[in-house]
Amino acid sequence: MSDANMSDANVAGVAQAKRWYWQRISAMVLALCVVVHLAVLIYATRGGLSAAEILGRTQHNWGFAVFYAVFVVACAVHVPVGLANIGREWLGLGEATALWLARAFALLLLVTGLRAVYAVVA
Amino acid sequence: MASSLTVKIWRGTDSGAFSSYEVPRQAAQTVLDVVTHVQRFLEPTLAYRFACRVGMCGSCAMTVNGKARWTCRTHVARVAREGEVLEIAPLANLPVIKDLATDMTGFFDKWAAARGRFHGSATRHDDFARVAPGSPERAAANAGIECIGCAVCYASCDVVTWRPEFLGPAALNRAWTLVNDVRDVAQTERLRAVAGDAGCHACHTQGSCTERCPKQIAPTLAIAGLKRKVGRAAVRGEL
Repeated sequence: MSDANMSDANVAGVAQAKRWYWQRISAMVLALCVVVHLAVLIYATRGGLSAAEILGRTQHNWGFAVFYAVFVVACAVHVPVGLANIGREWLGLGEATALWLARAFALLLLVTGLRAVYAVVA
Repeated sequence: MASSLTVKIWRGTDSGAFSSYEVPRQAAQTVLDVVTHVQRFLEPTLAYRFACRVGMCGSCAMTVNGKARWTCRTHVARVAREGEVLEIAPLANLPVIKDLATDMTGFFDKWAAARGRFHGSATRHDDFARVAPGSPERAAANAGIECIGCAVCYASCDVVTWRPEFLGPAALNRAWTLVNDVRDVAQTERLRAVAGDAGCHACHTQGSCTERCPKQIAPTLAIAGLKRKVGRAAVRGEL
């Protein structure tokens, strides 16, 4: 419903509102992922596990792969929004600079995160 | 025996310094009483602002020992015990005109920017609008409607300090009361005006505004309501 009545500030505001919304949604996903991640971590390592035993459980486990891929994607959505805010408020960066730096970091998270998931599953 | 109270008061504009004064300490003495005593007997050129003295007008807010408060409703005994120094400064986050008086133009301009004005469609020929007192919208509007614009919340907000363009708790609280006014017809414009980081989405929910509001209003809650409403409308393409 964008129309000519939208000022530049309005357009920027709506984009920021959308980012906030996706940060919220990804936070919900992350809350679940972190709880599952910690619970499994604590449960699985009670008796002590070697790296080979861990890989034995994770390799070709597609449920594990999907779960951690979702975890990584949720991080990549959630983190840049907050980082851009920190950049703006604490480092005094301009909005565009803060956003691009945050996006670059999100890309780094996405690539390294998915690479790690691939490494333990494939 | 009357004891004495040491009070440090800000003199100057945005640059300046604290001056120290000794005033008689009395029972049931308010911080505004202290400022008035200083101005009448010790420092006639001291500038400060007050009107009603009873917590109705919202013009005497200052920073008292580091926290924004209504000086007329703050007893000295509550903020400075016997022997402790009382420090009075102008409100934070606003330009200082002189001494304890701040320029509140920007603060009220932000109320206008947040579309803090009612836009109705009814004329005098229409019947009264009927709003059920128990409806959720009416309850939400009621919760924030008693704001008197003292700027205590605005001066207490770190986000206003970090982002000078942020509309601030008072303006957003006002917008939220109108978002819940079922008679108002400028809702889309208002949601646009309060969207994003200059609007409600920069709020970190620290809650200083809610903690310090002398009227026990919760702007944090109002801003959370705006965030949800605006965020949802933005994603659905309704803005």
